Amino acid sequence: MIHFIARRLLAAVPTLLAVLTLVFVIVRIVPGDPALVILGDQATPEAAAALRTRLGLDRSLWAQYFAFIGDALQGDFGVSMVTGRSIMAEVGAVLPHTIDLTLAAMVFGVAVGVPVGIWAALHRNGVIDVMARLISLIGLSFPVFVSGIFLLLAFALHWRIFPVIGSANLEDYGDRLHKLILPAIALGLVMAAYITRVTRSAMLQALSEDYIRTARAKGVPWRRVVWVHGLRNASIPIVTVVGLYVGILLGNSVLTEIVFNRPGLGKIIVGALNQRDYTMLQGLMVIYCFLIVVVNLVTDLLYGVLDPRVKSA
Amino acid sequence: MSEIILAAPPPAWKRALAKARSNPTTAAGALICLIIIVSAVFAPWLAPYDPTEQDIMNRLQAPGGEFLLGTDQFGRDILSRLMWGGRISLTVSLGAIAAAMVIGGVIGMVSGYVGGRFDLFVMQVMDVLLSFPSLILGLIVVALLGPELVNLVVAIALTAIAPFARVARAPTMALKERAFVEAGRALGFSHVRILFGHILPNILSEVMVMGTLWLATAVRVEASLSFIGLGVKPPTPTWGGMTRDGFENILDAPWLAVFPGIAILLLVLGLNMVGDGLRDATDPKLRNE
Repeated sequence: MIHFIARRLLAAVPTLLAVLTLVFVIVRIVPGDPALVILGDQATPEAAAALRTRLGLDRSLWAQYFAFIGDALQGDFGVSMVTGRSIMAEVGAVLPHTIDLTLAAMVFGVAVGVPVGIWAALHRNGVIDVMARLISLIGLSFPVFVSGIFLLLAFALHWRIFPVIGSANLEDYGDRLHKLILPAIALGLVMAAYITRVTRSAMLQALSEDYIRTARAKGVPWRRVVWVHGLRNASIPIVTVVGLYVGILLGNSVLTEIVFNRPGLGKIIVGALNQRDYTMLQGLMVIYCFLIVVVNLVTDLLYGVLDPRVKSA
Repeated sequence: MSEIILAAPPPAWKRALAKARSNPTTAAGALICLIIIVSAVFAPWLAPYDPTEQDIMNRLQAPGGEFLLGTDQFGRDILSRLMWGGRISLTVSLGAIAAAMVIGGVIGMVSGYVGGRFDLFVMQVMDVLLSFPSLILGLIVVALLGPELVNLVVAIALTAIAPFARVARAPTMALKERAFVEAGRALGFSHVRILFGHILPNILSEVMVMGTLWLATAVRVEASLSFIGLGVKPPTPTWGGMTRDGFENILDAPWLAVFPGIAILLLVLGLNMVGDGLRDATDPKLRNE
């Protein structure tokens, strides 16, 4: 197992390096001089030159590139061009909110999607199956800001069950959870729909295998056959989808944070976009990609746990 | 007997189309898309009002009455704005997916056909593209290039190239081992002719089905970018932008956010229904069910 983990970790290194390179290139091909963008068109040449020196933009591209890679690998993304504060500190302050939201949405997606998917598979082509397929298709089509607004209108403005403002006190767990429910459902809706579909087809596949018939013939109770033998074998495609979806959740969390007025990476990225804060954008892109690489790694490791054949491959 | 042998089976796409048409979900999806497309294309003639004309006397009118879906904070007719906004959604997403389909498809086909280290390198690059959350990538590209229609197309296309490359690559790798490709080589056909004359027709249906499904994603991403404020600039109406404006007035006039939200939802749903039906109809595993 340790060998397997080490190999996966090593495989993630070139991807991370490539991501860093791509981020560097994207930010550099932007038209316009960042110094002039920050200072405005009226800036004196001296002020612009001084700012360029301070930002390290007067060095050669290669020097900038290696400095960027070196700092990034040490977890240092520099300071924001606009506020002058450390990017890691700014991100670190709100990261728990975004992680809360993403994880809660993921839990909602799995907790709804897996049982409904199994239920639909067991009633193939019956009323439940048709309903589950139709509802999951609708769920799949909701842009997250639309589901967010609809939920907000219904449960915060009309029935007033949940708060409209989503900024929670991180120390108060009850408050944190209460303000998390609505945004997590809005964000997790698409995932729940998608997991329902994947679970349904993976279960149908698994339940048609010979070992299921063998298990039934041996007299294993049906409930156990479904939840243990069936689900265990259907779990690989489900885990794959969950892993892939975390990236989409992270992206969509930006919209959720806007609708529910929650602090988080999304708020920072929108602020950085409006102020053309290039160093902040560069840092945020790397952090997003880093999170996704970590998720992919965890997904790969889970494969190894769920299916022993993967480890030796 | 001889008749049966002589009659060629209908081509795969005809069978698929016939099967898709007999599926009620697909038909309903196609109808939704058709209504939205017609009302967007013919908006200049069908829309009851000018979508950008302000009428302060009639601001924030509730739905029903003279303005079927109400008016916004400037007194502009919501229905007319929705019809015009559909043009932006459809133009951007069709343009982006067409571009991604061609660029990604060619990258995937060439990569799979050439194989070896070249293929490994190309797929590594595609993996890197895939490791960006697509909305974040789109967001940053539009923000850096500026919120204009062409840039939206570029940004959304960029996020969709890698998946199309993957979908085109896998069947190309299998097809290039087949006898008809070898026969073509033996006859002296060029690689370009084999790729585009012989392999492309065989993978086209798969790429097209994925295109329909990705169209739904593209509509959603365009709406999301407009909602964030990175869409085509006002006063041009966009569904995402209208939802955003409505969201800011949600306490006084909730319909302002609800109607454009429903429009986006319906178009995405319609496209998903059509794409699903086409996929089921072309999937060999499901074909005999």
